[in-house]
Amino acid sequence: MPLPDAGLIARRAEFVAALRAIVPGEGVISDEAALGAYECDGLTAYRQRPMIVVLPETVDQVSRVLAYCHAHGLKVVPRGAGTSLSGGALPLADGIILGMAKFKAILEVDFDNRCAVVQPGVTNLAVTQAVAHRGFYYAPDPSSQIACSIGGNVAENSGGVHCLKYGMTTNNLLGVELVLIDGTVVRLGGKHLDPAALDLLGVVCGSEGLLGVVTEVTVRILQAPQTQRALLLGFAQVEAAGACVAAVIAAGVIPAGMEMMDRLAIHAAEAFVQVGYPLDVEALLIIELDGAAAEVDHLIAVIETIAAENGAGSVRVSTSEAERQAFWAGRKAAFPAVGRIAADYYCMDGTIPRAALPRVLARMGEMADACGLRIANVFHAGDGNLHPLILYDATLPGELDAAEILGADILKLCVEVGGVLTGEHGVGVEKRDLMEVQFGPADLDQQQRLKCAFDDGGLLNPGKVFPKLCRCAELGRVHVHGGQVRFPELPRF
Amino acid sequence: MGETWNPKDAAEVQAAVQDAVAQGRALELVGAGSRRGFGRPVTADVVLDLSALCGVVSYQPEELVVTLAPGVRLAELQALLATRRQQLAFEPPDLGPLWGLPAGRGTIGGMVMTGKGGPRRLTAGAPRDHCLGVKGVNGFGEAFAAGGRVVKNVTGFDLPKLVAGSFGTLCAVTELTLKVLPAPDDAATLVLLGLDDAAAIRAMSLALGSPAQAASAAHLPAEIAGASVLAGRIGAGVAATLLRLEGVTPSIAARRAHLAGMLEAAAPQILLDRDETQAVWKQVADVAVFAGDPDRPVWLISVPPAAGARVGARLAEELDGRCFYDWGGGGVWLEAPPAADAHAAHIRGVLAQAVGADGHATLIRAPGPVRSTMSPFQPLAPALAALTERVRAQFDPDRLFNPGRMGA
Repeated sequence: MPLPDAGLIARRAEFVAALRAIVPGEGVISDEAALGAYECDGLTAYRQRPMIVVLPETVDQVSRVLAYCHAHGLKVVPRGAGTSLSGGALPLADGIILGMAKFKAILEVDFDNRCAVVQPGVTNLAVTQAVAHRGFYYAPDPSSQIACSIGGNVAENSGGVHCLKYGMTTNNLLGVELVLIDGTVVRLGGKHLDPAALDLLGVVCGSEGLLGVVTEVTVRILQAPQTQRALLLGFAQVEAAGACVAAVIAAGVIPAGMEMMDRLAIHAAEAFVQVGYPLDVEALLIIELDGAAAEVDHLIAVIETIAAENGAGSVRVSTSEAERQAFWAGRKAAFPAVGRIAADYYCMDGTIPRAALPRVLARMGEMADACGLRIANVFHAGDGNLHPLILYDATLPGELDAAEILGADILKLCVEVGGVLTGEHGVGVEKRDLMEVQFGPADLDQQQRLKCAFDDGGLLNPGKVFPKLCRCAELGRVHVHGGQVRFPELPRF
Repeated sequence: MGETWNPKDAAEVQAAVQDAVAQGRALELVGAGSRRGFGRPVTADVVLDLSALCGVVSYQPEELVVTLAPGVRLAELQALLATRRQQLAFEPPDLGPLWGLPAGRGTIGGMVMTGKGGPRRLTAGAPRDHCLGVKGVNGFGEAFAAGGRVVKNVTGFDLPKLVAGSFGTLCAVTELTLKVLPAPDDAATLVLLGLDDAAAIRAMSLALGSPAQAASAAHLPAEIAGASVLAGRIGAGVAATLLRLEGVTPSIAARRAHLAGMLEAAAPQILLDRDETQAVWKQVADVAVFAGDPDRPVWLISVPPAAGARVGARLAEELDGRCFYDWGGGGVWLEAPPAADAHAAHIRGVLAQAVGADGHATLIRAPGPVRSTMSPFQPLAPALAALTERVRAQFDPDRLFNPGRMGA
């Protein structure tokens, strides 16, 4: 992280007083013990106590807090529910945490326009709960949906097991109200489709708190499918499971979810929840279909045929809602299940072209063996999003470091085979230093220039996403000078 | 017209842009040039013709991605995808004939840059939702890449979404990676007959809020339906509200039965088969009924769907024009008689009364002199306009790319 500015820290009392004038009462936290609750997010290996925590309740307060920080060069780390798995809300010793937890209102449910307008501190699941009485739901369903906030979902462009068919947050987001670092409030989108100008909503979503603070969110809601059924397919080889996934897509079927687990993950999950997963297989696929009952029945038959052609050794089709839930229970419990067989685990999040899966799994196994660690794999197979869980024991000297090195090597491998560093967890602080593996200098310069358009002082969430802090003045220079023609041989007529 | 430069590959595009930067010469970026009628006419020193960058780099049907150069014709890509029974789910319109040009000429680059999805925009998104990766040259003369070649990616800022719909004002695109999806096995359209605009929008809202999963919903008032391919089926003077169902055949049958039952009391119904469905939705996508008189302005007004009739029906009457509704009422297509400002002030005034700032009116067709003297795009609130300009300046500080084309 950037080195803390001792000068700023020395002025803490002054900042606290000024912020209290904007957010009265308990909305400004400066007590050391209370600050401790904010020292990390879901990536608990990184911790830092913030200088001050501010919990505003109104848009006007957010605007005035940011304007104050802007005027005084105070750094700001926005925070939703603090469930980030990449350290997106990791505090700064010389900065404030701007917590949006008090923005908890569902402002409007508009069934005629099929959308909901909510404050950013509303949890993902609460949106669905607010519309469920009319049969609607909010489609993106990150596994932390009971706790994670919509504002955080917008910041991270969160996904979930159903995003192959229903899209990520960005595909279900209609509009936001955004407060810029100087306190300016702008509205992007609304209940209508498409922007009138540049699609700033498209870049604000997934910007990890570097561009502004979201104070209101409008999301699309969908009618829940009539029927959901799942298949549980066991394979003797990972390659066969991968081929089955490709064949399903090639047959023109986009399932609601298509998840893969490897042997270690299967055994850990079965030991934990006892749902009857086959234990004599190398890979397990859970394929979920949803829609009209006639459609689901038809597609299950299609997939059963494909599974047989691809050598599935065991095939089960859910015949009741309880059975479907049981198929998912093991997958959903995979992370805590792995937590039972290892002291600690480290969850990675790369995406790869699915065709590379057997190669990547084999290489990961070799890499893990070489450093004496084990990896359990769960995989959003439909969209190629890999979640290797590296098992380690933080009490053993060197194991955390070894796990982190192995994790970085896995992500480099993802990029090497044509994939990316992160499919849904975000870059944050965790993968920041790997960005140069995926992007060249000019690629990162262009991203940082966008940052400069929103926050040229670099006050919003500095130290996240980019391995080097923005130097906006330098980036603004045009690199071609002097009127010389570089390629005179280029035909021009 | 001035010079035209014809780079053959990404390196030559970069060299050309670097020359333009060095010489301070503004560039008009074009592919086939079929969408020049959209936005404000560009006055530039040099035309940078990207149509020679026209190769498909890779097509991986099982990965649901295609990577290609911007000069590939949309028709060519669609034919390629059809060989694997896949498609661009956002249903790109072919507005060439609307602008008085032949059909089938547009390129992928132009499709992504103008950012318009067709009727399936309502449920499947716009080009921005399917634009996974971009390579281009910015106004600093630097070649950069953004996004990736996989369908799920949150690494870094999502610049491909920003580039999509930017009308070539941010960078010269040299490569695009798009998400592709399976084409539906079958399709049918349930048509409700004789509804007025407001009742039609209520019926579409009911349908779209049901589990029937209509892929698109449009309403053609009588005058429009009578000028469409439906005229032979439904006769003259009958409005048609279209609800399209796509998917596997047994699913369509079940969902059609559900919809038909739900809307039984609303209006008499007929059913269109797959071929009829394809024909009528192609006309809706391409705004075909408004092709023919290039002097008459055509607008696309985006509003919250339930507000559609309050804007469309009122404007059609006040301006003595014609309108129809796509996107469940949220996309109002309006054609009006010629006017010096293409009725911009009137239309945006009505829009503001009806929906405040929650919508925008975009001029899709008008003669060049009209588009030169008004703003084809909805003017933004001052703070947002300033932010947008700062963003643009971080890609193209000297405003070399398509100067003036987009923006107020």
